[in-house]
Amino acid sequence: MAVVYEKSRGLTDAELHYCPGCHHGIIHKLIAETLVELDLLDGAIGVCPVGCSVFAFKYFNCDMLEAAHGRAPAVATGIKRTHPDQAVFTYQGDGDLASIGAAEIVHAAMRGEKFTTVFVNNAIYGMTGGQMAPTTLIGQRATTCQEGRTVQQAGMPIRVAEMLSTLDGCVYAERVCVTDIPNLNRAKKAIKTAFQKQMAGEGFTFVEVLSTCPTNWGLTPVKAVQWLRENMIPYYPLGVIKDKGLEVR
Amino acid sequence: MAKELWKGNEAIAEAAIRAGCDCFFGYPITPQSEVPEYMSSHLPKAGGVFVQSESEVAAINMVYGAAGAGMRAMTSSSSPGISLKQEGITYLAAAELPCVIVNVMRGGPGLGTIQPGQGDYFQATRGGGNGDYRTVVLAPSNVQETADFVQEAFDIADQYRSPVVVLADGLIGQMMEPIEWRPVPKRQLPAKDWAACGKKGRDHTNVINSLFLNPEECDALNQRLTVKYAEIEKNEVRWETALCQDAEVLITAYGTPARIALTALDLLREQGIRAGLFRPVTLWPFPEKALGEIAAEPHVKVILDVEMSSTGQMLDDVRLAVEGRKPIRYLGHAGGIMPTVEEMIEAAKTALKEAQ
Repeated sequence: MAVVYEKSRGLTDAELHYCPGCHHGIIHKLIAETLVELDLLDGAIGVCPVGCSVFAFKYFNCDMLEAAHGRAPAVATGIKRTHPDQAVFTYQGDGDLASIGAAEIVHAAMRGEKFTTVFVNNAIYGMTGGQMAPTTLIGQRATTCQEGRTVQQAGMPIRVAEMLSTLDGCVYAERVCVTDIPNLNRAKKAIKTAFQKQMAGEGFTFVEVLSTCPTNWGLTPVKAVQWLRENMIPYYPLGVIKDKGLEVR
Repeated sequence: MAKELWKGNEAIAEAAIRAGCDCFFGYPITPQSEVPEYMSSHLPKAGGVFVQSESEVAAINMVYGAAGAGMRAMTSSSSPGISLKQEGITYLAAAELPCVIVNVMRGGPGLGTIQPGQGDYFQATRGGGNGDYRTVVLAPSNVQETADFVQEAFDIADQYRSPVVVLADGLIGQMMEPIEWRPVPKRQLPAKDWAACGKKGRDHTNVINSLFLNPEECDALNQRLTVKYAEIEKNEVRWETALCQDAEVLITAYGTPARIALTALDLLREQGIRAGLFRPVTLWPFPEKALGEIAAEPHVKVILDVEMSSTGQMLDDVRLAVEGRKPIRYLGHAGGIMPTVEEMIEAAKTALKEAQ
């Protein structure tokens, strides 16, 4: 019998703890497949954040470090600078990266650190129970903005990929989602491109993945995908935001 | 070997390079900036990595990453910067990562002053971050010892998989002294087979982590750390004494004030007052037993603790060691003012008079 699909050996056999309808599992899979396909898994070193993906070290079949909240880019800097030939990545959520770790991600990008960051933006704090994130949309309800986020109170949501793309050290920034097969394929290609550019020593590479949080959004998995399409994509447009290689060409 | 004139901060950096430091991550702050300055130029030439971080928070987390991947990693800072590193230090302790952290102390609290201070004793010896942990704390009192201790600190860190703090002060950092690059004792060190440096054929993943949601697992980590700390207390406690054999007034001091006290001892003895010095060299583990035994000697009438701290911080450990057996007096300055020989003599005389 022909094998048409099997779990990537870039993942361990540990059972994922993520909620039904959450996209973390899919995004993990894309990274794992990429590491295998580019033959990087054996030397890869990953850094996981504080947030829903705090246990990512159980799922990736490569060496992993669990970082303090927001500090993954600093931790990855320490690793990559001393292991320049190995694939290094951080996996971070929006509270971790865009709020408490804003300084670390900006400066890692500014220095052009040669690692890849996969940024999972679900517009909310997941693990701590649905509080407002810097990426929470205007009008979106969260447990710390129960009538919906307002500009007066919290300002406009931050577009991290666009912000980082202004830095010379950031050579690649793309925003993707994994809501359907075409988008999933684009996401896979983006992650693969990021790792290829990392290994080519081009600079800092960044993939923002829009993701659902059905539990904290209070929606079914199917309605959550619809909400992402209707609300997140208009504010967080998909596509390549920066590709320094293309600019040069 | 010929002696060379070295500035304390540059000696710290050079000592680290000689000890095989692979990488240094730091942020400018007075009075320690010569450490990253020296490192930026000399460490890459020695094959190492230097990064000037965006903050002390980032620097200590770069140390976490490099140490977690098996490197000999180091950072240095001064008091307010060390406060910022506390988050990283508790994670390093919890994840059992070896590294060297140098604090060239200045006066506090807050921004304080850029002059020498010793107000970070509590922070260094009690674990300035959250949770139950300790770090080995070496307290040099001159540039030679600083150079020796920084080199040895890397081995101590690797032996116990623990952060090691070298607690100097602004005077030591800024002072130039003749020193000798003498060999420091080398230790048998365990292989870093735990490092998350890439599997490279290994049949399991290595994970560096300090999160244990299961209470039993978190308790087990704490039990393991407790056993390790007991081992360090047994093996690593260090102190020095001067003229203690007949001392009626026993001065306790570490770092720069201990050095000043040596002059005070001589002058006190010229005046017929038998003064001695007990100098803790490791602040954690604190030489509690050794100090307790000397303090219990019948010839010791009173103890005078001297620190560059307004209220006294090591004073708490001195009290715990002395256990009320002898009266204890305190002399201290903060804000960058160092206790003088004259003040020590005066305070020793007063203390002795009160005790009699």
